[in-house]
Amino acid sequence: MSESAIKTQIQFKEALNRALVDEMQADDKVFVYGLDVADHKRIFGSTVGLVEKFGPRRCFSTPLSEDAMTGLALGAAISGLRPVHVHIRVDFMMLAMNQIANMISCARYLSGGKLKLPIVIRAVIGRGWGQGAQHSKTMQSVFAHIPGLKVVMPTNPQDAYSLLRSAVQDDDPVIVLEHRWLYDAYGDVDFNFKIPLGKALVKREGKDVSIVTTSWMMVEALKAREVLEKRNVSVEIVDVRTLAPLDSATIIDSVKKTKRCIVADYDWAFCGFGAEVAAQVSEACFGDLKSPVKRLGFAHTPCPTTRPLENLFYPSAVTIIRTVEQMLGLDETDLSGESFYSWENRFKGPF
Amino acid sequence: MSRLSAKNAIQFYHKILLIRKCEDRICSEYATDEIKTPVHLHIGAEAIAVGVIAALGSSPQVFGTYRNHAHYLMLTGDTDTFFAELYGKVTGCAHGKAGSMHLTAPERGLLLTSAVVATTIPVAVGAAFANVYQNKKNVVASFFGDGAMEEGAFWESINFASLHKLPVLFVCEDNNLAIHTGKKERQGFRSAKDAVAGFECHYGEAPGHRVDLIHEAATGLLAKMAKDGKPGFLKCEYHRFRSHVGVRLDYAAGYRPKPSAAELEAVDPVLAAKDWVLGLGAKEAALEKIAADIDKEIDASVAKARTDAFPGIDDLYTGVLS
Repeated sequence: MSESAIKTQIQFKEALNRALVDEMQADDKVFVYGLDVADHKRIFGSTVGLVEKFGPRRCFSTPLSEDAMTGLALGAAISGLRPVHVHIRVDFMMLAMNQIANMISCARYLSGGKLKLPIVIRAVIGRGWGQGAQHSKTMQSVFAHIPGLKVVMPTNPQDAYSLLRSAVQDDDPVIVLEHRWLYDAYGDVDFNFKIPLGKALVKREGKDVSIVTTSWMMVEALKAREVLEKRNVSVEIVDVRTLAPLDSATIIDSVKKTKRCIVADYDWAFCGFGAEVAAQVSEACFGDLKSPVKRLGFAHTPCPTTRPLENLFYPSAVTIIRTVEQMLGLDETDLSGESFYSWENRFKGPF
Repeated sequence: MSRLSAKNAIQFYHKILLIRKCEDRICSEYATDEIKTPVHLHIGAEAIAVGVIAALGSSPQVFGTYRNHAHYLMLTGDTDTFFAELYGKVTGCAHGKAGSMHLTAPERGLLLTSAVVATTIPVAVGAAFANVYQNKKNVVASFFGDGAMEEGAFWESINFASLHKLPVLFVCEDNNLAIHTGKKERQGFRSAKDAVAGFECHYGEAPGHRVDLIHEAATGLLAKMAKDGKPGFLKCEYHRFRSHVGVRLDYAAGYRPKPSAAELEAVDPVLAAKDWVLGLGAKEAALEKIAADIDKEIDASVAKARTDAFPGIDDLYTGVLS
């Protein structure tokens, strides 16, 4: 094994940073820009060192012009560059929806397939400590709904590193949604390991029920699996990773095996990505299913700021455990001895 | 006064007449209902596309709007792909998937056109950014109407281009109308000139029916832009001869006064170009030959477009992603 293939224990934010450094080193057409990418905080550490290493032409902070800065990515991409545009909150990216939905998503199609659009748009999903309605959106269902866009949601440092590199190397527009709570997570990363876009991962194998997860819900599912294991319930976790194009086969294969499916999507459930997965699973596995496919997602409200309401807004490991119990006809597990993820222990505000 | 030769002038006249005759042909064919795409005709504005694009050099990068027929024909000269696209045929520039509002020819420098106002302005700035980044000498022009100056994307774009010294030529094809509403009812700034004066951006004007003056103004702005890298802004006022969309004369609607025949003649780019080339020594017979050749070319392209095949299921799913 070569030295570079040895796995290194790093944080999610370092993995993102390393992916950007490696891509910028490999290809001088790659540039990184957005609000605050070159300030002293560097997008929670993910853009550290870029401006020093590659100069202000290849890494720069922008005016507060999300719409035009997204158009800039499109113009640069069709003129030979590979832009990486960064939003410190996906909520701010809504100002760029015109360029994303009306321009970037269809420019290639309307050109009769002549234009290539190697564009990456990174956006951070906030949560906790009062992020509230305009600092905690996810929006992946909206992006995945639009033809012409690819959407990825990495959940660990290896995926963050490998998927971001694949995204930068891709000739289509890719939206990368990064959960703020994952930024400090540690994991082993092999810098030579490639993960193609469009591949889901069976994160944990199991035989009783498949939980199909996106983003932070993968973490909640891991905890739920750990608790349920003590009752001899075997949970399989499928981390979707790429929402568009969707790896339906991996999901369907899992459900055909376990014959039960919970879709734990990190977004509003109504009209959400979870509904798409539930529909596909129901169609493909109808004869195999022992119970209807169940969806978990956010309450259909704006995200509240105060903690007690926030707890009600988000689904959690507990929600998953209770759903599995209902699906399998089990009594409720006594969870009083369990410790669940609580952001007070890890994440301090304000941002 | 123009530095253009008589030969250049004839070429300009040819292009202006080609655009006019294509637009006229759409007007006469539209009632057949075979052209099923909303057309925003360039009648009255032909000289702006011709004069500006001719000044951009050998490798232009042009961005436009839904009113893009003149840009397409100026850059490609290709009436076959033009009419085929309008007729929705597989032989069109985008296999019928673009239609009138999204004509492009990236290989000839027409990179993007858009039906959402002001959306290609920041894209043009991005192309200029890429050119500076890669030390490329392509010249970028962004065409838009006066209504685009009310969109945030315009201000964001001119701000960024001025801040980063990106040589993009903003070209305002100013017909005073956003659909049916005049500038006085829409704009709180005094003029385009005043608005641009607040930015690190060169400014120029030329009458929208005078290709010679447009070319001269564009050439002058581009020379300044090449020297200091700043963007430029060229305003060309013109008279929209037809309705906002479609082929009708709509003076009867009452939202703008109906000009007299003499007033219309005075702002007609074809007549202005004809006077100009005749003044430079062109012969009437040569101009008649140009007109007859264009008619034949258009007849053939329309006949072909009408009989060409429509795209099929393969085309529906092709070109969404690479």
